Amino acid sequence: MSMPFYVAPEQQMKDRADFARKGIARGRSVIVLHYADGILFVAENRSQALHKVSEIYDRLGFAAVGRYNEFENLRTAGIRYADLRGYSYDRSDVTGRGLANAYAQLLGTIFSAGGEKPYEVEIVVAELGLTSELDQIYRLTYDGSVQDEDEFAVMGGSADTIAEMVKRDFQPGLDLGSAVRLAVAALAADGGPSATRRELGVDALEVAILDRTRALPRKFRRIRGDRLAALLVDGTGAEVLPPASPPTPAEPVQ
Amino acid sequence: MSDRRPSGGLSPAFIGAGTSSFVDFAAAVAPEVLPSNRTAGEGSGAMSPHGTTIVAATFPGGVVVAGDRRATMGNMIAQRDIEKVFAADEFSIIGIAGAAGIAVEMVGLFQVELEHYEKIEGAPLSLVGKANRLATMIRQNLGLALQGLVVVPLFAGWDETTGEGRIFSYDATGGRYEEHAFFSVGSGSVFARGSLKKLYRPDLNPANAAMAVVQALYDAADDDSATGGPDLTRKIYPVVMTATVDGVSRLPDAEVADLVNTLVARRMERPDGPEAPLT
Repeated sequence: MSMPFYVAPEQQMKDRADFARKGIARGRSVIVLHYADGILFVAENRSQALHKVSEIYDRLGFAAVGRYNEFENLRTAGIRYADLRGYSYDRSDVTGRGLANAYAQLLGTIFSAGGEKPYEVEIVVAELGLTSELDQIYRLTYDGSVQDEDEFAVMGGSADTIAEMVKRDFQPGLDLGSAVRLAVAALAADGGPSATRRELGVDALEVAILDRTRALPRKFRRIRGDRLAALLVDGTGAEVLPPASPPTPAEPVQ
Repeated sequence: MSDRRPSGGLSPAFIGAGTSSFVDFAAAVAPEVLPSNRTAGEGSGAMSPHGTTIVAATFPGGVVVAGDRRATMGNMIAQRDIEKVFAADEFSIIGIAGAAGIAVEMVGLFQVELEHYEKIEGAPLSLVGKANRLATMIRQNLGLALQGLVVVPLFAGWDETTGEGRIFSYDATGGRYEEHAFFSVGSGSVFARGSLKKLYRPDLNPANAAMAVVQALYDAADDDSATGGPDLTRKIYPVVMTATVDGVSRLPDAEVADLVNTLVARRMERPDGPEAPLT
C-alpha cells in the first residue's frame, strides 16, 4: 500500500487557488456596472449561442467567466433556486443576497472538498433594487468568497487592467449609452494603456441590462443588433472612439 | 427532504444537466409544493369554489379570451370578482374553469414552467409545445380530478411560426384538442358557444371580436346561474385579454366598461341580444 505524501493544508489551498486562477485568466472579461436606470452587463463574447450573461429572475442577473460547463451549471442551479423559491413563497422573496449566499456555500464547499477540483469560475449576481441606492452587485470567486461591489465589477483574463480603465472614467448616474461605451472601451484596452486598442463590434459583444424603467416584472433584457450598434455610436452620430487616455505616465504592465 | 420548504442551499440536485422543466425539477426536489402530489378525500369538490365560463375567439391577427368574474360553491356565490383569465407568458393566455384553488395554483405553476424553460434554454417553447406541457400538467391532476377537483383550462395564444391566433381545449384526463374559430369551457359554455355560433365571423376586427366574446358571456350568464353577468352597480366587468404579434395585453377596464354599456343599452331594446339573419 502506497502512502500519500503529506502536503500542508496551506500549500494545498494555495495550489487549488492557483489552479482556479489560471483557468479564469484564460478567458475574455466581463464588466458589470451601475448606470442611471439599473445595472449593465457587458461581456466580450463572440458566440451568439453560449451566453456569459443571463437572466435569473425578475430582478436578478448573472454574469460569469471561466469554464463554460461549470458556470452554466451554476446558472442553471440559480434559476432553479430562484424559481422554486418564488413559487413556494412569493416572487418578492427571491433576493440577490439569498442567491449569492447559496452560491458562496456551494463554491466554498467544492473548493475545500478534497475529492473534487475547484470550479474555475468567477461570477457576479446583480440585483436591481426598487431605487438605485438598493442596487447590488455581488462578486463571487472560485473559493466562495463574496464581495459587495459599490460601482462596478470586472472579472476574467485582464481584470486588473480593465478595472483600472473603468475606474478612471466611471461616475455614478451614467446614461446607458455612455456606460456601454465606457465598458466597451475598457474591454478593448485590455492590453494596457500603452497597447493599441482592439476593435470590438456588435458581433464580439454580449450586452444586457436590468432596467428599472421596464414596465414588466421581468427587468432583464438583452441588447443586440441595431440597438447595440446605435448605443456604440454616441449621440453626436460620430463613431465612438474609445475616450483617449489622458496622458498618464506610462506604467509597465505586468 | 424533511423540511416542507426549500432550504437555503443548493443541494447536488440543483446542479448539473437535467430537465428544463420546472415541474419535473420540483417533483424531484420538493414534490410537496406541487398540486399533483396532494391527495383529497371523497367530496372535496364540494368544499372548493368553482370558477365558471371562459370564452375564446380568433380574429385575423390574434385571439381574444374572456372570462366572467363569478366563483360559486354549490348554490352560493363564493366570489364576485375572481379573475380566471391570465397571461401565461408574453404570447399566450390561459383561462380556467373548475375547482378554483387548484386552478389558480396550476396557472401559477404553468407560468413558472414557461418562464423556467425560456430562461434555461434561452428561447421560449413553441405555442404547441406550451399547449402540450399544459396537457401533461392536467394529466398529473387526474387523481384530484377523480376526487371532484376538476380543472379544465382553455389555452390560447399567438403562434409566431404560423402567424395566427390558436385555441386549445382540454379534458380532465389531459386530452388536448385544437379548436378552430371559437370555443368555450365551463358551466355556461353551452350557451356561450350557441351565442358565438350566431355572432362569430372569421373577419372580425379586434374590437368586434372582444364584443362577440362579451356578448357570449352575457348569454351564458343569462341561462347559467353559475356564470356572472357584468355587475354594473359595482363596476365588475369580464376580464378580456388578447394575444397578437405584439404580445398579450389586457383590455383596460374602461374599454370593457364601454363594451358592456353598449351591450346593455342595446339589450334594453332587445333582451336576447343581436338578431342574426335567418338565411
